[in-house]
Amino acid sequence: MLKLKEIDDMVAGRSLWSDARRRFMRNRAAVISLCLLLLIAGACVIGPWVLPHAFDSADWDAMSIAPTLKNAHFWGTDEAGRDLLVRCLIGGRISLTVGLLATLASVSLGIAWGATAGFLGGKVDALMMRVVDMMYAIPYLLIAILLVTILGREFYLVVITITVFSWMDMARVVRGQTLSLRSMEYVEAARAMGVSTRRIIFAHIVPNLLGVVVIYTTVTVPGVILTESVLSFLGLGIQEPMTSWGVLIQDGAKVMEVSPWILLFPAGLLSVTLYCFNFIGDGLRDALDPKER
Amino acid sequence: MWSYTLRRILATIPTMLAVISVCYFLLHATPGGPFDSERQVSAAVLANLQAKYHLDLPLWQQYLMYLKSLLQGDLGASFRYADWSVNDLVANALPVSAAIGGGSLVLSLIIGVGLGIVAALRQNSVADHLVMLIGNVGSAVPSFVIGPVLIIVFAILLKWLPAGGWNNFEPRFMVLPMVLLTFINVSIIGRVMRGSLIEVLHSNYIRTARAKGLPTRVVILRHALKPALLPVVSLLGPLAISSITSALVTETVFSLPGLGKLIVNGAGNRDYTLVLGLVVLIAVLTVTLNLLVDLAYAWLDPKIRY
Amino acid sequence: MALLEVNNLNVQFATPDGVVTAVNGISFALERGQTLGIVGESGSGKSQAVLAVMGLLAGNGNASGQALFDGQDLLSLPASALNQIRGNRVAMIFQDPMTSLNPYLTVERQMTEVLELHKGLTYNQARLRAVQALDAVKIPEAAKRLSRYPHEFSGGMRQRVMIAMALLCEPDVLIADEPTTALDVTVQAQIIALLRDLQRDHGTAIVMITHDLGVVAGLCDEVLVLYGGRVMEQGSAEAIFYQPTHPYTVGLLGAVPRIEQGDHALVAIPGAPPNMARLPLGCPFSERCTLVEPRCFNTRPALVPVDAQSEVLRACHKSALEVRRYAQELKL
Repeated sequence: MLKLKEIDDMVAGRSLWSDARRRFMRNRAAVISLCLLLLIAGACVIGPWVLPHAFDSADWDAMSIAPTLKNAHFWGTDEAGRDLLVRCLIGGRISLTVGLLATLASVSLGIAWGATAGFLGGKVDALMMRVVDMMYAIPYLLIAILLVTILGREFYLVVITITVFSWMDMARVVRGQTLSLRSMEYVEAARAMGVSTRRIIFAHIVPNLLGVVVIYTTVTVPGVILTESVLSFLGLGIQEPMTSWGVLIQDGAKVMEVSPWILLFPAGLLSVTLYCFNFIGDGLRDALDPKER
Repeated sequence: MWSYTLRRILATIPTMLAVISVCYFLLHATPGGPFDSERQVSAAVLANLQAKYHLDLPLWQQYLMYLKSLLQGDLGASFRYADWSVNDLVANALPVSAAIGGGSLVLSLIIGVGLGIVAALRQNSVADHLVMLIGNVGSAVPSFVIGPVLIIVFAILLKWLPAGGWNNFEPRFMVLPMVLLTFINVSIIGRVMRGSLIEVLHSNYIRTARAKGLPTRVVILRHALKPALLPVVSLLGPLAISSITSALVTETVFSLPGLGKLIVNGAGNRDYTLVLGLVVLIAVLTVTLNLLVDLAYAWLDPKIRY
Repeated sequence: MALLEVNNLNVQFATPDGVVTAVNGISFALERGQTLGIVGESGSGKSQAVLAVMGLLAGNGNASGQALFDGQDLLSLPASALNQIRGNRVAMIFQDPMTSLNPYLTVERQMTEVLELHKGLTYNQARLRAVQALDAVKIPEAAKRLSRYPHEFSGGMRQRVMIAMALLCEPDVLIADEPTTALDVTVQAQIIALLRDLQRDHGTAIVMITHDLGVVAGLCDEVLVLYGGRVMEQGSAEAIFYQPTHPYTVGLLGAVPRIEQGDHALVAIPGAPPNMARLPLGCPFSERCTLVEPRCFNTRPALVPVDAQSEVLRACHKSALEVRRYAQELKL
């Protein structure tokens, strides 16, 4: 006769998280993206301190020069003689900071909204989801433009504007999960066995919510960064003297016929960053979804 | 079916009303805006504003008169230009946006659905990798990056097409903008179509169809295509909305005199009433489009019958 | 020659964890009008075996061996030839009636297309036949119901529709993959009775996949007992039910509650279903067998007749006598 432990060893079950981590590590694109992303973020933070130029110091002798090793203008300069590499990294700081802040805000808002709606259910849920539907139906850029026109382009206002339109996905998904988790059979089973509500929430509901929250956060971040970039590109986002990737791309687009690198470097940085987030998001989704396809 | 339609139409009214009202009252709160006595405008513009917005009446009456004029199709007066009403400006800009936007939407549906089907049927083939590549690039690389790159390649390096501008619907000015918009939409539609068809092909009812001895062509066309298209149809709503963004960027990048350019310039100029009028117009358009998509979906899916 | 003769059927799947052999060396012969029951737990390979015969394996599946239908090997036929047999002379019904019908097409369309394709009927002729078929499976108001969508039928009725659809072309063989598992007990009984009647009326041979011994008892002439993709015991239903000679079969029968048992405790088969990616070298049942010996883990027992006169095949190292004695201890 076999003992229970021996049978357990034979079946060798794995917990969801270690299984997920294993699957994520198997995904080469996701792992490379993660490393690349950390590299970019690190460069944005440390780079400007290490490099010899300041982001707003105009070098009148070297205006609009192509990438060169002379004078350590590795990525060239823009029309005002400012070093492009430093500007890109500083712009990265702003773009990533805005991305982070707006993501934090919209994720918090989304989770709070969705969990409340899902948990309370009934009419409250219906009403809260109607609001979400209405928000979806509004083209955010229009309202963003209106808000920016009226309120101005202060940094915190840009973050708020972006947040206002980025929380709905998370809210919808969290609400869906909360609703289904509430009535899951294993939750009912736990209740039937007398498990306390607090334990149910922390042992059953939160771990399942966590997976979905992580996935949608990695989906929200690139969306937020993109929104800021679009606004800035249209001249309606971050304003001088601060800069962001969107602003740099706008500058670059104006002179791309003559000095294409001014456009291509920030555009490349932005694209690579967004790509990395996409691959990481895909990797997480595949890793956390038990029905591997 | 008709009661469902009616109910859906009625449901859109609160949304539109909410958008219009929020924008309208935001404008009222703006310092230096059209409703502020401190505004600085020329006499001609002031006269226009008086006429369109009834600035002497109490607030609630102004609001109702505004709604009434909207229903009559009057979008208001410009805050900056005395000679042009919002309607005039829109009349000039709308055809441009409609041509580029509408044309590329049709194109991207055809190409996107087609590519998605081919990719799903021939997984891991060249076509499949192509669709996934387009999907990746289109969704990760922003439109305002792809656009300038297109210009660099086709207008600057190859010199085949102009770098932007417009000349009365002359085709060569329409090519690159439409390529950009189509590329972006195809990236989304293609990926969704591919994923959806793959999933449908794994369904139990497809297995039953094959067990009945139906040839592959029939299985795909009669059994798989309609369920696979449903996610694409429901995608059209959010796609229409994101197309607004794409259109704004496209018209800015290529300097097209469309609605997008109008609104961006208006925002830059702080032409509040112009922006208000345009926001209201586009919001109504998107809500209507969403409604049409919802109705199309309900018509296609036999499980939704009210 | 048998109607359907399966010889040494193997089914393997290429998975990220390695090659998994889901079906290992199954052989059987099905005669006209006969009913064969394939019994086993979930994951024993019973579904994959028949899916392989029908050419419906998943993309990463590979079948080897022979499946001779009327002289043709179904496993090596090109798709076009296979399509002429599927749905026409060999039909299959599936486990889950809720998802096995296309929700976006009417029942009418799904039934008439079979007749239009295989029998060359016109739409109206096919429609008539479809109504008759629905009547035969006792669906009330068949003519009106025909133009409805599947979601407007209950589970039991959907399964009847599937059966009617499968029998439209009066096939020689009907393969039923756990047709009653997803239905409640009273409906189960009706479906089984229906299958029996239809078999009597049309002379169809049936391959019935199930894990429910009650279904086997009510319907089957021959039985195949599978575990871990291999045949444990194979023979007439009577022999296997009344004189089981394999510990697994004994275990299965012991687990069925019987009224005459009184206070006798149910016998459970200890352990858990096998991990198909890591089967033991010897007998797949060795890890859970109560009569196990050391050699069971290392050497696979051959599938041989119980004795010289018997037609029952068994794969066990223990002698039939020992197993019979064990069965009698359990009062089976």
